[in-house]
Amino acid sequence: MEFTLHIWRQHGAAEVGAFVTYPVRGISPDLSFLEMLDVLNEELVGRGEAPIAFDHDCREGICGSCAMVINGDPHGPLPGTTACQLYMRHFDNASDITVEPWRARAFPVLRDLIVDRSALDNVIQAGGYVSVNTGAAPDAHAVPVAKQAADAAFEAAACIGCGACVAACPNGAAMLFTAAKVAQLAIMPQGRPERARRVIGMVEAMDDAGFGNCTNHYACAEACPKRIPLRFIAQLNREFLSAALSSREFVELARPHAHEE
Amino acid sequence: MDIPTFDPRIPDGPLVDKWQRHRAEVRLVSPTNKRRYRVIVVGSGLAGAAAAASLAELGYQVDCFTFHDSPRRAHSVAAQGGINAAKNYRNDGDSVERLFRDTLKGGDYRSREANVYRLAEISNQIIDHCVAQGIPFARDYAGYLDNRSFGGAQVSRTFYARGQTGQQLLLGAYGALSRQIHSGNVRLHTRTEMLDLVVVDGRATGIISRRLTDGRIGHHGADAVVLASGGYSNIYYLSTNALASNVTATFRAYRRGAWFANPGFTQIHPTCIPAVEDHQSKLTLMSESLRNDGRIWVPRAAHEDRRPADIPEAERDYYLERMYPAYGNLSPRDISSRAAKAVCDQGRGVGPTGHGVYLDFAEAIGRLGRRAINDRYGNLFEMYQRITGEDPWQTPMRIYPAAHYSMGGLWVDYDLMTSVPGLFAIGEANFSDHGANRLGASALMQGLADGYFILPQTLGHFLAARPPLGTEHGAAAGAEAQAAVEARLARLVAVGGRTPVETFHRRLGELMWEHCGMSRSRTGLQQALAEIPALREEFWSGICVCGGSAEFNVVLEKAGRVADYLEFAEVMVWDALEREESCGAHFRTEHQTADGEPRRDDDAFAHVAVWGFRGDGVAPQRAVEPLHFEHLQPAERDYR
Repeated sequence: MEFTLHIWRQHGAAEVGAFVTYPVRGISPDLSFLEMLDVLNEELVGRGEAPIAFDHDCREGICGSCAMVINGDPHGPLPGTTACQLYMRHFDNASDITVEPWRARAFPVLRDLIVDRSALDNVIQAGGYVSVNTGAAPDAHAVPVAKQAADAAFEAAACIGCGACVAACPNGAAMLFTAAKVAQLAIMPQGRPERARRVIGMVEAMDDAGFGNCTNHYACAEACPKRIPLRFIAQLNREFLSAALSSREFVELARPHAHEE
Repeated sequence: MDIPTFDPRIPDGPLVDKWQRHRAEVRLVSPTNKRRYRVIVVGSGLAGAAAAASLAELGYQVDCFTFHDSPRRAHSVAAQGGINAAKNYRNDGDSVERLFRDTLKGGDYRSREANVYRLAEISNQIIDHCVAQGIPFARDYAGYLDNRSFGGAQVSRTFYARGQTGQQLLLGAYGALSRQIHSGNVRLHTRTEMLDLVVVDGRATGIISRRLTDGRIGHHGADAVVLASGGYSNIYYLSTNALASNVTATFRAYRRGAWFANPGFTQIHPTCIPAVEDHQSKLTLMSESLRNDGRIWVPRAAHEDRRPADIPEAERDYYLERMYPAYGNLSPRDISSRAAKAVCDQGRGVGPTGHGVYLDFAEAIGRLGRRAINDRYGNLFEMYQRITGEDPWQTPMRIYPAAHYSMGGLWVDYDLMTSVPGLFAIGEANFSDHGANRLGASALMQGLADGYFILPQTLGHFLAARPPLGTEHGAAAGAEAQAAVEARLARLVAVGGRTPVETFHRRLGELMWEHCGMSRSRTGLQQALAEIPALREEFWSGICVCGGSAEFNVVLEKAGRVADYLEFAEVMVWDALEREESCGAHFRTEHQTADGEPRRDDDAFAHVAVWGFRGDGVAPQRAVEPLHFEHLQPAERDYR
């Protein structure tokens, strides 16, 4: 197969980027999209040109590293699929393919297709966990968890943190990402004691990191390679509202550090 | 050179009491003093994130380094099948003793009894802790945890979260780490890779790192350094490892005096999607859990060209069920991989390359129904279909062995400390618990046991006897190491050839797979020893890193890792050459029985082989740590 690629090249965060066109030939339909880029990169290196920088690692759709908008879609045209698991057999021969980085205020471009996604880590750091110290746990069977609940929590926990939801959102919102973690830990009984504190902290961190707000476009769930259901955003909103209404210490919870010794 | 005596410092007393006694006897650092100690953790996978979080919970100041953009991307995330624990929730006769025996036997009696027993003992605490973190393990309708079976065990002791157990456990550890970052106890260094170890007066006191985004080199001092940098199976180029997995951190430590144990013990996983393409970049694992219900077979006749559905039952050879009836399709990984290779070598392999065997779910789908199979393996079926374009609901999967895990790693004592005081190694980066073959669902168990429960105790024991070093310590040694790192990067940049680094990695991988892979021979290994230096020379005159070192340069990163693989390959080959026996994953063609089973030599090789660096261009020094079996006597490893 052969393709004409239009790829975003940008040398550094402070520099201006542009699309550069690269023809590629002799591509097997059994190559993944990233392997097709590998082939191009080997050619570029052979000519002494800098290869296209892109994040990637596991190449089996689970680490969440790969992140590129292909023909306008985060991770490309195939639903529920990361770019590393997208195969060239899904493209028309001799077609043009446009490749660009995630575009969002919270994700500055570092080089070519690589962006800085540490804003997502900041959201998790603000409460996306159960605050249990090593050694403190009771027996694993002390608290039964209904299968339906565990399955629902798993659906949320399957998020790989790639950021496609943010890239797809016209507002650059991280609602689906945040909702997935809030929902997982609100559903599991182990996460219940901290649920109010958690949701307020994470939503605040989301705002601080420069993510936008949700205006119900639903592009996030469409783009999600792990098919995280949209209903978790509704759950996030409920969790946030109920935390805000029911918690007398709402203001303190929202600024936990202001009141510590 | 001085050869250290490899004393594992195993505590006295009966096997079952050793760890509890040791915990009661180790020195402690008082709560107010802990914050005066700084600990570096390199790596943020299961072992690294668990250790960094647990140490910070105790009150130590922790610096955690990862070359990823986020700790959550460490390759532990890709572990699919599950994690073992001796809970005996199924009432099927499991116990700590039985998990210990299975693991020791699974490793072909090439691991330390005391370490393996401790691992089995801690396995239950891990499950407790992970459940408390809110990890959504698979459960039954009563709300209790479900289990499945894995290779090398006749009980169901594997806890799982669909086919994404590693991801869920890692996100638990990542959450714990995130909490400590939030409270300021852990400083996280993302996109930063360790390029050297700093040693002062024989003690590890820091690392030299390179920030990948701008190439900035830095020296970080600490009271102790913990390497949790994973394994080196992607030295074979095509492997199940993530593409950036590398040996650099442990190899650089080896060059600075940490001895490397059993480097030649690498595991080949039997169930991976076969390679089809020259430009293929990795092999995708299909979880071993599939062998709970899938049946493995090849045609009875060689060079069969009918479609699998057209081959009648009588003309199929379910070779694992035939050869190892007691364990059948759940035979351990080394045995299953070798059997697959053997039938393919007979010309009975399937698929376009002939390097493949069938993994067939037709019988299980008929027996349990499509829904049950979908619940258990739905995501794996989908992954298979996506990669191969074939539908495993209609036609059997094709699988073939692939490089997967390294049992070898830095030598550590019972406290997980390497032969360099102050340098610890945990998880896949050390060698300790899996002997010559790791059983499925044991890597997650070991990484978390090391990180959550063992290191936080034993590191305190080391620090308690030493005053905090302070920030100024080791500046001279740090400057020297930093200059060496900078010089090496400059050398890589200066080569200025035209050959992609990838080409050398691929060639090294082919060479290692051929001569130091699933089966090894003296002549093949000697040939590898002749070819590796020549390839290395070509590398150092032929590569192009396409840019400088003071910028975000992905080729330079890769070049440094491949350069280290090109040196480390020789250490692996030496180890495989000198171990004149077959054990576990290490199969020497000279040492087999008449029916092709491995022949172990307990008189000559019941030991850990430990390798020390003697200088560039000089063969490494071999030493041994004898293994003593007091509780369980080595027996023939029979899965028939």
